[in-house]
Amino acid sequence: MNMVVCVKRVPDTSESEVHIDASGKDIDKSRLSFGINECDNYAVEEAIQIKERLEGAVTVISLGSKESDEVIRMALAKGGDEAIRLEDDAFAGGDALAVAKALAAAIKGLEYDMVFTGALTDDDGYAAVPVALAELLGVPHATYVKKVEILEPGKKAKVGRELEGGLMEFLEIDMPCVLGIQTGINEPRYASFKGIKQAAKKEIALKSAADLGLDVSDVGEAGSWAVLEQFTPPVVGEMAEILEGEPDETAAKLAAILKEKGLV
Amino acid sequence: MKDIFVLIEHRRGEMRDVSVEMLSGAAKLGGTVVAVLLGKDVDAFAEKATGYADKVLYVNDAMYENYNSELYQKALSALIREHGPGVVLMGNTAQGVDLAPALAVELNAPLVTDVTALEMDGDKPKPTRQFYGGKLDAHLAMKDADLYILTIREATFVAEEPSKSGEVVKADNPVSEEIPYRKFLEYVEPEVGEVDITQSNLLVGVGRGIREDKNMPVVEELAQAIGADLAASRAVVDAGWLPSDRQVGISGKTVKPKLYLAVGISGAFQHVTGMKGAEVIVAINKDPDAPIFGIADYGIVDDLFKVVPKLVEKIKESKGA
Repeated sequence: MNMVVCVKRVPDTSESEVHIDASGKDIDKSRLSFGINECDNYAVEEAIQIKERLEGAVTVISLGSKESDEVIRMALAKGGDEAIRLEDDAFAGGDALAVAKALAAAIKGLEYDMVFTGALTDDDGYAAVPVALAELLGVPHATYVKKVEILEPGKKAKVGRELEGGLMEFLEIDMPCVLGIQTGINEPRYASFKGIKQAAKKEIALKSAADLGLDVSDVGEAGSWAVLEQFTPPVVGEMAEILEGEPDETAAKLAAILKEKGLV
Repeated sequence: MKDIFVLIEHRRGEMRDVSVEMLSGAAKLGGTVVAVLLGKDVDAFAEKATGYADKVLYVNDAMYENYNSELYQKALSALIREHGPGVVLMGNTAQGVDLAPALAVELNAPLVTDVTALEMDGDKPKPTRQFYGGKLDAHLAMKDADLYILTIREATFVAEEPSKSGEVVKADNPVSEEIPYRKFLEYVEPEVGEVDITQSNLLVGVGRGIREDKNMPVVEELAQAIGADLAASRAVVDAGWLPSDRQVGISGKTVKPKLYLAVGISGAFQHVTGMKGAEVIVAINKDPDAPIFGIADYGIVDDLFKVVPKLVEKIKESKGA
């Protein structure tokens, strides 16, 4: 079984304040930490677990600048075999379909049975790459996947998609295929020290738009249908009444409110 | 203005709420609203849709009994090519997200997913959607195209009372045979655990802010002091710190307790959908801009590890008093 896994380096904004920068079209990333997109981390683990059970190779692909190498190397350290990074100024500002076009061009030349991507990204959250990628490659797909069982290696898999309310939809899918992986499907491992040392020596093949046979007008912002006009803070309803003070005081105020409302 | 197609979503004998929401929203955009319904013997849904649409395109065939992206895509692309709508709306649901991107690629149409507000500039949509887990709104400009495909977040539009009386047009099934490479097998219900949080009066919801498994006693003590059950955001369940039957949100449970005390939960839409019906919502989070404060009644902007132990103390005191 040969597998491809697509990963993206994203800022971790889940526990951080997010500020719009002066352009109004980006955020101030100077104080944010970066890492692998959360779903992609599970996608990497799923590919590596299948490789360990059934043998084969895992190719890691990322579209991004040099900084993305850290995310690629971590996936290699966990058990990835080869790596490709798509780098070109022309890729900047691409919407989900433009990103899928670049990934498809890179994957087309590879021998693969399954392509794994995260179901959605933590930054733009389009959740469109796996399904668009499959269509561009001309293979079947499933997304929001939270269970993968290989029925016949290289031929057939049974996958479970997570629907609303936690209901699972099981389906049978032929390979090659593209699966969009949801968080919680497995327990992502930590890379071993030995793995990290070995990964540091591995070569990451660089591909530009021209290398992939893509016209620059087909990728990035030029190749996107949707262009970001501006960011604004979200419209919120009535804000909560914020209890002010030191922890001692805020806790006392909240305890009093809960008591007054008969909740404790 | 060209027609607006709205894909009716249904599952296991129920028409999903997002369908009526989208029809209601589409009616306000101007243009003719066409509900597109693929299913097996779902005449009742076709009938219901006539109250919201000018026309209901209904394909009745056994192959559409359960959703299958490949069959849906084939049928929709054929119907779109035949009827030439300017906009196609579908839910940003586990179904819509599994379908819309492939359809957009096939038809070479612009796609915007997870739209949270929509205006039209003639035949061209001006969508708004969220980035960074709901921390920013992104206003998008679309390039010129003949057809736009949008997936709409649930509850973006308000479901109105029926006010139209459209006609049902039974369309021939444009798909002649089943496809062999993706087959629906079955639905499996989520596992049931020992506590049913949908029945709990008091819930302490714990999120990513708890950081590590070993910190869980901090919120366990709070839940115990209040007499509440523990609920969780997706991140906590994914990490295995609480079982999946405690998950609140789109992929988990919808709860309506008297009190929902959200600890270390940023309030992404996926979670909020499941708990916004609580009578009193309290949030403790260190990010003052966390979306959770937009729906909470009371908030404390601080480090939960400093506030929660104090809160346990104060609640114990007030109970003792």
